[in-house]
This record gives sequence, structure tokens and C-alpha cells, in this order.
Amino acid sequence: MNAAAAEPFDDVRQRARADTFGLWIFLMTELMFFGPLLFGYWFGRVEYAHAFAVASRHTDVTLGTLNTALLLSSSAAMAAAVAARVRRATRVATGLLLITFLLGCAFLVVKGLEYRSEWHEHLFPGAGFAFAGEDAAAVRYFYFLYFALTAVHALHLIVGMTLLAVFAIALWRGADEFGAPRRIELAGLYWHFVDIVWIFLYPLLYLLGRSGA
Amino acid sequence: MSNGTERVTEADNYLAAGTTLRSWLTTHDHKRIALLYMISITAFFFIGGAAAVLMRFELATPAGDLVSHDTYNKLFTMHGVIMVWMFLIPSIPAGLGNFLMPMMIGARDLAFPRLNLLSWYLYVGGGLFTVVALIAGGADTGWTFYAPFSTLFSNTHVIFVLFGVFVVGFSSILTGINFIVTVHMLRAPGLTWFRLPLFVWANYATSIILVLATPVLAMTLLLLAAERLLGVGIFDPALGGDPLLFQHLFWFYSHPAVYIMVLPAMGVVSEIVPCFARKRVYGYRSMAYAILAIAIIGFMVWGHHMFVSGQSAYASLLFSLLSFLVAIPSAIKVFNWLATLKGGSIEFAAPMLYALGFIGLFTLGGLTGLILASLSADVHLTDTYFVVAHFHYIMVGGAVMAYLGGVHFWWPKIIGRTYPEMWGRIAALIAFFGFNLTFFPQFLLGYAGMPRRYHVYPERYQLLHVLSSAGASILAIGYLLPLGYLTWSLFRGPRASSNPWRATGLEWTTSSPPPPHNFAQTPIVTEEAYAYDSSADPKESRA
Repeated sequence: MNAAAAEPFDDVRQRARADTFGLWIFLMTELMFFGPLLFGYWFGRVEYAHAFAVASRHTDVTLGTLNTALLLSSSAAMAAAVAARVRRATRVATGLLLITFLLGCAFLVVKGLEYRSEWHEHLFPGAGFAFAGEDAAAVRYFYFLYFALTAVHALHLIVGMTLLAVFAIALWRGADEFGAPRRIELAGLYWHFVDIVWIFLYPLLYLLGRSGA
Repeated sequence: MSNGTERVTEADNYLAAGTTLRSWLTTHDHKRIALLYMISITAFFFIGGAAAVLMRFELATPAGDLVSHDTYNKLFTMHGVIMVWMFLIPSIPAGLGNFLMPMMIGARDLAFPRLNLLSWYLYVGGGLFTVVALIAGGADTGWTFYAPFSTLFSNTHVIFVLFGVFVVGFSSILTGINFIVTVHMLRAPGLTWFRLPLFVWANYATSIILVLATPVLAMTLLLLAAERLLGVGIFDPALGGDPLLFQHLFWFYSHPAVYIMVLPAMGVVSEIVPCFARKRVYGYRSMAYAILAIAIIGFMVWGHHMFVSGQSAYASLLFSLLSFLVAIPSAIKVFNWLATLKGGSIEFAAPMLYALGFIGLFTLGGLTGLILASLSADVHLTDTYFVVAHFHYIMVGGAVMAYLGGVHFWWPKIIGRTYPEMWGRIAALIAFFGFNLTFFPQFLLGYAGMPRRYHVYPERYQLLHVLSSAGASILAIGYLLPLGYLTWSLFRGPRASSNPWRATGLEWTTSSPPPPHNFAQTPIVTEEAYAYDSSADPKESRA
């Protein structure tokens, strides 16, 4: 079968528009994928208002803020990488993709440090969970959502970093067709989405309820 | 139907474009992927059906004398899981829709052909995994996987089943994305939104439900798995969670899933009825808007599954009201189909018999849905056979009838051969009769208080159970007959012309079976859909 003739699009531009549109719909499904956890969070925030305020005071707001800064910077680097690729500055684009990748790595390291200290404080909601206070069950519920939301987010970040690494290597080796501008743009769109999810997780998990102490 | 004289040369159609197994398993052609889907869907249908037959045999007597209660629990779980996720949800969209969506809009293929193939592999891989898990191990939770039973108490292979369904869900999501992008980007010149066939509208709306609802199911299943495997989660009260939360999340997917099953069926019926009444479909725009209204309101009625689960009375009141509201666009559709029939020159061909069966059975299923949406009536009827009968009227009487109608209607186009018309009509009538004999007694059983999911029952229910079991065996014949004569037609059927039904629609303008890229050149559309000659009734001129 002649593969070229099976091409459903009339031209490259139509194809690029379809790819972008398809990715937007995919991102919508991603949002819905986070939905049950956010719904569970909303339920807990209403039902266990006090316990949620207590629990969110135990998250590490310094590291959380640092991570927010890291991710926002990575998105800036990503946007610059896309712009560089579009104007054919391939070297610059490759470097910026690498910077984006490294900022993602730094985010994961910080997140790992947070996980480690929370594990030691018995805040992981498994069998070893321990919390002194009357609302222990509700705090455990909060910490399940904390771990689930941040872990699913980190998983998406790792997928994004893999994409960045693949494209950075391809561009470095001169595979211009593989690392075409429209593809870098799509990778950027995904990266920004992962960033935006964090922009919602940060206040939900670190900030809300903290001021009432 | 007229058997055409124009023959298609072998090399010119998609079936002849490659004959090796490899050419099928690596194809990017939406028509071939549609056939892959239809073959696998059929296999899953008969496995799920076999479980139902065993249940009906067991229920022929009040005592539990054929299978143990554990086996019975596994049988209804297997029946539900396979029929919902491996048959009903992909049946019309991924099977017929895959074939027809690009053809109806004058496109060469779906927007993402490789994604389409991937979606079939996910479906068949996840489906096979689930079926093996259900047969070799089994799960006893029912297809609804209610926590905390599924997380804390069930000693069966729940995890494997969850995993299989999880994978199949991604196949739905990919199909949904593909359809939405295709309809937006690849319509032929002149094919505006309100010139689209209603089948395209229906599958477009279905795709929106698929992409919005299925990810919620995916995460919910993950949460169940985490709670069952790791003992962490949000459903167990000991962990601070709430079992009702599971029901909310599950039905947020699973009620819209009912519309995933029935909207495409409505699309099929909207193609068949105008063709065999030789009339333009009545109230085209209201049909399109009704499809969208059902898709949207359908997202806001899930709580009617939980009237007796302890949700707030105010929530129940709202969900009840919204459930009544969703009946309005459904009724508009039934009204419009009937108005299309009025004054038409009707031909009772096999697809039309299935479509008429759909209209009647869907109406009965919908009306009994209103009884269940009433708060006080639902308290009495929850978890009885009345519910079982109600949703089988929608899913089997509705979706399966329409699927079979669609398979017969487009069979000459898909395969390039005709099926034996008389056998088609006989099978449609047998299925209609067998269906009613199976499920109408279940309304009476449920009203009399027979609970669902029990394999032992008091003797006073036996007569109705025996009638139902007898009906099931007739229904089975109604399904086995098409399997037989369609398989025969696949190899021996007379060649079909490009448009044996004299139907409108771009898919009928190409040869049967179509060439690999559907159209020699991209068609240009200059008129609305369903341009059937309606001169017989001048009142019908407005569309």
C-alpha cells in the first residue's frame, strides 16, 4: 500500500493544525484524568476543613515554592526553545531544551527530598502512617491526595523530560526533520500543561489554610 | 435490493490491497481497522453472551442447581464487563464509525491513522487480558466494582480485571480524539456542519463524551487498585475516605457511558429510517441539537444511580429532575423518526426492521427510565429486575438492534457482497421477539420484588424466569443466524452494486467495496444530507 497516498491531509499546514488540535484535546483528557483526585480534594476541603488546614501546614512550603520557581523557569526556557527553533537557531534551541530538561531534573530532586522527609515523619498514608492529633484519619486522607497528585504530576513531568531529551539529542545530531519546529512546539505545549497543573497543585497543597495558624 | 451489474476489479478495493495477515495487522487504512474491530467485537460479544446463557439456564429453576453462587457471581461480572467495555462501547463508534466517519465526510482516512491502529491494539490487548482474567480467575464484584467490596472483601482477581479495563479505556480515548479532529479538519469542501449526516453528529457527540468521561474512569480504577493493593486511598472510611465517593466517580463515567452506547445507535437509525421511508429526515436541526443536548445533560444525571446510597436528598432531587430533562431530547428524536416515517413509502428491508425495532424498544426502555428516575418509585425498584430490564431495553433492544441494523445496511458497502435479504428479515424478527420474551417478564419480576444478582429465588417467580430463559434461547438464535449468513455472504454472497439501497450520503458514491483511499477525487458537497425525493408529501419541504 502506498503510504504517501494514504496521507489524510491536503498539505503540511492542515496537518500541523490537526496535530495541535489533537494535542489540545489530549490535554483536556489529561485534565479529566486529574479530575477524580481534585474532586476528592474538594470533598475533603469541605468535609474536613479543619484537618485539611492542619495537614497543609505540614507540607514544606519552602521547597514547594522553590519547585514552583524551578518549573516556571523551565517553562520560560521551553518557550524560548520553541521560538529559537522556529527561527532556525538550532544550536540555541538545543541548549534551551537541555536547560529545560535540567530544571525538570532539579524539580524531581527537590520533590524527592520532600518525599524522603515526609516518609521519615510517617506522613506517607500507608500502614506506617502516624499523626498525633484528633483528625488523624482526615490528615491521612489529605496526605494520600498529596502523594497521589504530586506523583501523577511527577510521572507526567518524566514523560515530558523524555520528550525533551529525545528532541535535544535529535537536534544535536542534526536530525532537522525529526526535530521539526511544529514538533518542538507540541512538546512545548505538553510541557506548559504539566507546568500549569503544578500551578494549581502548589496553592492547593501548600498554601490554602496555612495563614489560619 | 438490486444486485448491481457494475463489477469492481479486485485490485481496486481496500480488501484486495493486501491479503497477508501482516498486511492486516500493520494497516493504517481506517476501513481495514474497522474490520479488525468488528471481528474482535463479534468474538467478545459471543463470549459475553455465553455467560448470559449460562445465567439464564441457572435461573430456569428456583434452586441453585447448575452453578454455585460463587460461579454465578463471576458469570454476571464477566457478562457485564465484557458486554459494556468490549462490546457496547466500541461496537458502533470503533466498528461502523471507523469505517464510515471518513467516508461520510469525504475524507481519505481519519486524521491520525497510526493512532487508530494503536487504539485497536490497546482494545484487543486489554480485552483479551480481561477475558482471560475473567475466565481463568474471575471476579465477583459485578461490572460496577463497588468499594469497599472490591477493595477490602472480594477474594477474586479484581486487580487483573481492573487493569484490562483500564487499558481498553485508552483505546476509547484515542478513538474519540481521532474522530473529533477528523470531523473538524477533514470535511469535504461544501460539507458544512448542518449538512453532516446525523451518524457523524452522533459519533462526534459520542467522541466528546469518550474524551471527557473515560479519563475519569481510568483514574478511578487506579484509585481502586491502589486501595486494594497498597491499602492507601480515599474510599475506605478507616483511611479517612468515603465509599460514596467511589460511586460518584464511577457513575460520572458510567452514566455518560450509556450515551456512548446509545447515541451512535441513534445515528445509525437516523441513516436507515430516511433511506427506507424515501424521505428527508424530519427536523434535521432539532435532531442534531438533540444529540448535543443528550451528550451534555447526560453528564449531569449520574446521581440517579445513588438515590438509596445515602447521598443528600437535595442532590437526589436535582439528579431526578435532570434525569427527566434528558428524556426531552430523546423524545424529540423518537418523534422525528416517526414523523419521517409518516407519509413515506416504507420498505421493510432487514435494516429497516432492526431500526423500527430500535425505536419501539428504545422508547420502552426510556419510559421505564423515567419510572426509575422518580425518587419514590426508585426506592422500591432499586437493584431489582426492573432495573435489569430497563437498561437491557436501552442497551440490547436499543444499541444491539441498531448495531445489527447498521451492519446489514452497510454490509454491501463494507464487504462488496449482499446478504440473503429473507434471512435478514427473519433474523431481525426472531431477535425482536426473543428480546421481548427475555426482558419483558423481567419488568414484572422486578416490580414483584425479585432482586438482581441472585441465583436462587422463591418459587412464585419461576414462571416469569422460565419465560425469560426461553426468550434468551430464541434471542440467541436471532444473533447466531446473522453470524451464519453474513459469514456465508463474506465468501459466497452475490456482488453488490455501489449503492444497492439507492441511499444518499458520500459513502454510497464510491464503489463497493471502496478503493483504498475512498474517493478518486475529493467530493464537493452542494446540498444537505438526506436528499431523498419527498415529492410525495409537500408538507415535508422544510428541513
